[in-house]
Amino acid sequence: MVEREAAGLGLELPSELVSALCPTGSLSRSMTPLGAFNIAIFFLAILALTKPLGLYMTRVFEGQRTFLHPLLRPLEKLLYRLCGVREDTEQRWTEYAASLIAFSVASFLLVYVIQRLQGLLPLNPMHFGSAQAPSNATRVTPDLAFNTAASFVTNTNWQSYGGENTFSYLVQMAALTVQNFASAAAGVAASVALIRGFARRQANTLGCFWVDLVRSTLYLFLPLSLAAALFLCWQGVIQNFKPYTTVKTLEGITQTIAQGPVASQEAIKIVGTNGGGFFSTNSAHPFENPTPLTNFVEMLMIFVIPAGLTYQFGRMVGDTRQGWALFAAMSVLFLIGAFICYGAEQSGNPELAQLGVDTHATALQPGGNMEGKEVRFGIAASALFAVVTTDASCGAVNSMHDSYTPIGGLIPLFNMQLGEVVFGGVGAGLKGMLLFAILAVFVAGLMVGRTPEYIGKKIEQKEVKLCMLALIIMAANVLVFTAISSVVGFQKNGYWNPPGPAVANVNNPGPHGFSEILYAYTSTNANNGSAFAGLNANTPWYNLTLGVAMLVGRFLFIIPMLGVAGSLAAKKRIPATSGTLPTHGALFVSLLIGTVMIVGALTYFPALSLGPLVEHFLMLEGKLFAALRAPLWG
Amino acid sequence: MWCQLGSAFRMMLYLTVLTGLFYPGLVTAVCQLLFRWQANGSLVEAEGSVVGSALIGQNFQRPEYFHSRPSAAGNDGYDASASNASNYGPTNHKLIRRVEASVEEFHRENPEFAGIIPSDLLTTSGSGLAPHISPASAEAQAARVAKARGVSLRQVEQIIAAHTEGRTLGLLGEPRINVLLLNLALDRSLPKHQ
Repeated sequence: MVEREAAGLGLELPSELVSALCPTGSLSRSMTPLGAFNIAIFFLAILALTKPLGLYMTRVFEGQRTFLHPLLRPLEKLLYRLCGVREDTEQRWTEYAASLIAFSVASFLLVYVIQRLQGLLPLNPMHFGSAQAPSNATRVTPDLAFNTAASFVTNTNWQSYGGENTFSYLVQMAALTVQNFASAAAGVAASVALIRGFARRQANTLGCFWVDLVRSTLYLFLPLSLAAALFLCWQGVIQNFKPYTTVKTLEGITQTIAQGPVASQEAIKIVGTNGGGFFSTNSAHPFENPTPLTNFVEMLMIFVIPAGLTYQFGRMVGDTRQGWALFAAMSVLFLIGAFICYGAEQSGNPELAQLGVDTHATALQPGGNMEGKEVRFGIAASALFAVVTTDASCGAVNSMHDSYTPIGGLIPLFNMQLGEVVFGGVGAGLKGMLLFAILAVFVAGLMVGRTPEYIGKKIEQKEVKLCMLALIIMAANVLVFTAISSVVGFQKNGYWNPPGPAVANVNNPGPHGFSEILYAYTSTNANNGSAFAGLNANTPWYNLTLGVAMLVGRFLFIIPMLGVAGSLAAKKRIPATSGTLPTHGALFVSLLIGTVMIVGALTYFPALSLGPLVEHFLMLEGKLFAALRAPLWG
Repeated sequence: MWCQLGSAFRMMLYLTVLTGLFYPGLVTAVCQLLFRWQANGSLVEAEGSVVGSALIGQNFQRPEYFHSRPSAAGNDGYDASASNASNYGPTNHKLIRRVEASVEEFHRENPEFAGIIPSDLLTTSGSGLAPHISPASAEAQAARVAKARGVSLRQVEQIIAAHTEGRTLGLLGEPRINVLLLNLALDRSLPKHQ
């Protein structure tokens, strides 16, 4: 049956491969035409928005007039005056990096202090941080406050807490919403600086961090967020400052319904690819993402700025084909991931199918693996969201990745391990993809024995060394922390990790538990913030190590990339000759995809085989995992 | 870097005022003006008192009501002050045992039902607060509800059909039924015969 259907599509797939990837044994069961159509429509919408937004962003960062200038230009000037910034300042890459770090230090301290003092501050109707807090409230310990501050300052938005029972409205607004803007704007600024490195010739400066920061906040994030917030509220996202509402349900049970200023935070959480939810369950919560339409718009908002940046890149280096080449490589990686993840989730969990659960999609029910998914989104829109949020460094989730099938959960994990280069977060993805572009031309140059060039710049020892440095730091950050947490022991009920050894914090026994730990460090290193959320991460050990992983993943990536930008900006532009590898054709796009996949696969395959890959084959054999083996320590 | 810290703190302070106080304040003002009902939680009233939110699911146990999906929010499920998911992986023994128990319970409560149970009715949602079930999951409970209310299956099915929401634009999301609104409609048009 499998072979027949595959043959009908003109494909020759080995039957072992089909049965391994597709547990229900049928391709038609692993996708519905409408679900596949959803993915295609989404992609076309992104394609259509890339050029207009890219054009607008180019104007903003080159200081040209836009339609918002009459309104926002006075505010922009006022901010410069208040902060002592001269608009025509130009910074070297070291100064640019220093400004970014100084800004992050200030942000970090402010977020930490506001969290710790929330009990004394206003806009706290549920009295969090004081003795009258609800009984299920989470205490904001120093390690949790450190983790959250590191998380929001680095645009990660990993959450060791559940929003609705931890933070006051003031913390959500004045600390977390602000960082959603600020960390995103800083990320975009650093990307624009990198683009200038390619675009400028024999220059020793990259622009001014403060100017780029203010412009991206005012002209990009504020207007988009405002529009998105109003749309979301119209669809049902709440926006108020009331205490939680208590109701008597139809069966007479008391239900307490959390409230808060959600729409304003939800909008920038998505537009700024931050991903930190107002509520514990993020965009799965009906108050954050109430309808299929809000779900579609949220996904669009996650991708639109990163996609626009590829166009902006092409425009600023004077050849839009260069930007579209990056866009093409990203698109291929996106579509492959989306269809594999969707196929795996629609196929569902064979163990459930055996119990008499209908996992076959019909017109009246979504079928597939519905554990951790919402009926209003179904399988396709959940899997697509999972792929989008991890291609970008967003980390918002509309379904629980921890409950995905092993292959379905592998895709988000692998997306982050590739460095979120597929569109990527606001700015972060473009930086990663340019890093791989440099490596790709370097590899190509080695093959033919010629000094590589990219966008008219000679790629030499210094740039390649800095790129490799960034790559190695990222890989070590994930793998070393995962390895340590897989073996380290602690006293049970001690300070560092009350559950005992670090592996005791997992929610799922067997290889899936290892995947939870691997996912946590992968997500924090990549500044994503999504989770295999079963892992109990709110202990000093995890809060501190995950916090450090986030800081390393942000700054030890951005700083080498700014170094690359500084080094490139100083170079002459050399004219293309017949010996130059064109970097806008299909050949280069394939080379780029190959480089991304090979680097990612070589680095992470061993770890992935211990987690999702082995779990997949054990699941097909019907193996279940009951409890952790006896811990190594404690 | 240290000489930059002054600018950094000032910038942070002004951005906090702009994006942390002014922006959420403006959004609140406009939303409370234009979308008052949604902004305050889409609360639903019946017989003069608030019985829940049109967007937040509730626990239903009685036979005359349609039941929601299982929930992992809070200790008893559907705790709207503590959204949560089971986060069980596909090979977790606890997931399989829980589903097994739900299958048994469903057949016990719905002896009339002979088909295969739709997957959404046996799995917990991502938020633990999902307000919807699939049309197939409503259909599977229709006979029990009709019997408990002493009305015909046809009458119940008509109400289900009237409360089925299709895909947005025929394309996005899944067909679904809001359980709270469906149960409210049942109470209105087919009150339980005492």
